[in-house]
Formats: sequence, structure tokens, C-alpha cells
Amino acid sequence: MLANTLKVLQRYGYLFVDGVQYTLLLSLITVFFGSMLGSLLSLMRMNRLAPVRFIATAYVEIIRGTPVLLQLYFFYFMVPELLPFLGDKFLSICVALVCNSAAYVSEIVRAGIQAVDRGQSEAARSLGMNGSQAMLRIILPQAIKNILPALCNEFVMVIKETSLASTFFIGDIMTQYRVISGALYLVIEPLLVAGVIYFALTFTLSKGIARLERRLKAGD
Amino acid sequence: MTEANNPQPTHTPLIQVENLHKGFGKLQVLRGITEHVHAGEVISIIGPSGSGKSTFLRCLNLLEKPDNGKVIFEGVEITAPGVDINVHRQRMGMVFQLFNIFPHLTVLQNITMAPTLVKKKPKADMERAAIELLDRVGLADKRGEHPGRLSGGQKQRLAIVRALAMEPDVMLFDEPTSALDPEMVGEVLEVIKTLVRAGMTSVIVTHEMGFAREVSNRVLFMDEGVIAEQGTPQQVFGSPQNPRTQEFLSKVLY
Repeated sequence: MLANTLKVLQRYGYLFVDGVQYTLLLSLITVFFGSMLGSLLSLMRMNRLAPVRFIATAYVEIIRGTPVLLQLYFFYFMVPELLPFLGDKFLSICVALVCNSAAYVSEIVRAGIQAVDRGQSEAARSLGMNGSQAMLRIILPQAIKNILPALCNEFVMVIKETSLASTFFIGDIMTQYRVISGALYLVIEPLLVAGVIYFALTFTLSKGIARLERRLKAGD
Repeated sequence: MTEANNPQPTHTPLIQVENLHKGFGKLQVLRGITEHVHAGEVISIIGPSGSGKSTFLRCLNLLEKPDNGKVIFEGVEITAPGVDINVHRQRMGMVFQLFNIFPHLTVLQNITMAPTLVKKKPKADMERAAIELLDRVGLADKRGEHPGRLSGGQKQRLAIVRALAMEPDVMLFDEPTSALDPEMVGEVLEVIKTLVRAGMTSVIVTHEMGFAREVSNRVLFMDEGVIAEQGTPQQVFGSPQNPRTQEFLSKVLY
């Protein structure tokens, strides 16, 4: 088994390097745009107008209530129909993952904002600040301390979720596993290598988040 | 409004409250309050918990939206639809029971944030003014610190000057000493005392009866959502007429 593992690394190590790049790229895109869309959704969920709140809430509930794999299939076939100019399966998968992640991020942002004491907003408003001034200058800077670590955790989750995208052979770590496994007629060894890579990525990130969290706490 | 347009400036109330009603769900907290606050007055509101004192105060700057009735501040009905309340809140300072200091800003920034943001005051001018204010309440040496290091009493003194930095025409105090350790109550009351003696119109919800008696021109006793009795401190504390007032005072003045 050791010999086989070495063989995987020697012959196809470069494929895993590619895979890591795709996985990280996909995760970064997902979290970045997911955060933006998610923040927008969370603001919509706190909007004065009931229809706006309803749309955002319905979206979040539907995304959270259906499997990611189903959403991937859905967007994989829907995006080319609706937006033919995108015409790239990598982009379709990105759209799917962004739409999925946004729903979770919106919950993170909402929880982070709601965890800020009500009195903060009342104090800001009593000084004559309008709603957006209070939100931007008083509430969000405090909410960010709750949001940031949770957002990094979402990044860890997304790294693992991108493995589902290998269903569509988009070049991530699991896609490379499937390629190598097919070429060498080996299953366990390339799987082990892929597992170690995923673990190394997520474990390092988690440790980094824990440090970040401690520093943010110390800042209070 | 200039005094020339206003023949009787001292007789026009700063705040007029008319038939104010407010409920939370099935609970009627305010059941019709009509009251005037004149410029220069210092009004204390006393009464048992749940009598609607704080809700009444919070209706004055619309932190609570009344279900019914009017609040007229400096001649403008601020409860009317379409009124930009932010403009009027700038002239009503509020001090909260739990201080509500902004923890992510320094002591100085806590004061300068609203005037620079809302009134577009130049930052340098505002910082000078803020240091002067801090000096008045003995916090000038804390200006660069984050409020996490301040004691409750210091936080409340900061909250008071934060409100004053907006140069309000009236100050609303919502139980300003109720969350303080006993040894810090005095320092905060002292600041409020200095302020009202300098002529700041104030409405103070308080449980500090001795303080209310000392600084107010007028005391309102609230019970079950109405003003059950009111008068000078001598009248209300010395010879209360309403049996509810008598009962309440006999419980708190032992």
C-alpha cells in the first residue's frame, strides 16, 4: 500500500496540486460572493417591508431545506439555459455554490447583527443618527466580531462541500482522485492522499480561526 | 423659531404630550397621558415598576412609537406621519439605565461620532469640545481608552456628555443610576445636579427619591399607565393626596 501511495504521489502528485488550486479557488469565489449575496439577504430579512422579508426568508429556507448535490445538478443544467453567455460548467458550479453558501452566510450575518445589544442601536438613534448611520457606524463594527469567525468556519465547510462538484469533473481535489483512480486502477491510496490534503487544509484553517477569535475577544 | 415670532416664548411648552396611549400586545402600558414640559423645568417621574415611567420617557423621542396621542416638540408634532424624527432627536439627549456606551469606539470617539456624522461638525472642533466635556465630568485623562476599562459610574458620566455633545434642548434620563453599584450613584447624580442647576431642561425617571426631591421643580407620580398625582416635591413627598402615592412613598421612604 505504501508503494502504491508513493506511486500515486510520484506519477500524479501534480494533479493533486492542480486539484488544491481548483478547490481553493472554488471555495474562495463561493465564500466571497456568498458573503456579499448573504449580507444582502440578511439585510432583506430585516427589512421594513414584509414582501422583501418574505422573499429572502423563503429563499434561505428552500436552500437550507434541499441537498447541495440537488442544487448543483439544478444549476448545472439551469444556468446554461438561463444565461447561455456564461456557457462554462465551472461558472455554473460557482453559481450553485454561491447561491447555497449565501443562504448560510445570511444566517451568520443576521445572528451576528442580532447579537449586538439593542441598546446600542437605541443610543445611536437617540443621538439623531438615521437607521443606516447607526447600522454602519455602530452595529456592524460590533457585529463583525461575531460574524468573522463564523464566516471562516463557513469557508471550511465550503472547502469540503466543493468535493461534491467533482460529480461534474470540474478539476477540484476529488475530481483528481477520480482521474488518478481510473488511471492506476487504485481506490484506497489516492483516496488517502485526497483525505490528507483536505484535512491539512481544513485543520490549518480551523486553527487559524481559533487564533483570530481569541484576538478579536482580546480586543474588547 | 425666533423670539420675535413667538410673543410668549416662556409660555410655549418645549414638549407637549397629548392623550398618549401605548400597549405591548394585550398589556396597556400608557393609558392616556397629557403633560407639558416647559423650558427650564426639571421633572422627576417616580412610581412603581411597570407603571409606564420608562415607556412614557421613551415615547418622548419615539424610541417607542405611541399607539395613540401626540407628542409636540418645539412646536412640531413629531408623532405625525412623514416627520423626520432624526432631526428632532438631535435636540433631545437621552441617558439610558444600561449606559449603552459604544464599546468599539474610544471614549473620545463616543462623544464625537454623532456630532460629526449627524451635524457635520468639523472633527477638530468637536474633539476640542469633547475634551472640554470630558473634563467637566472628570474623564479627560480617559479620552483615548476603550470604554471596556471604565467603571459603571464613569460609563454613565460618559453617556451624559455624549448626549450633551449634540447640544440638546432637553435631556431625558431613564433610571440613570439603577444599574450602578451603590458607591457610584453619587458621582452620577452630582453630574446631573450640576447640569440641571445650569438650566438644562430635564425629565428624569428615577428611584432616587432624595435626589428627585432635591433637584426637581415638579414630581410626577405614575401608576398603572397614568399620572396619578403631580406637584412640587414638597407637595408630592410632603403631603401626598392620592392613596396610591401614599402607599408607594411609604414603601420606598423608610
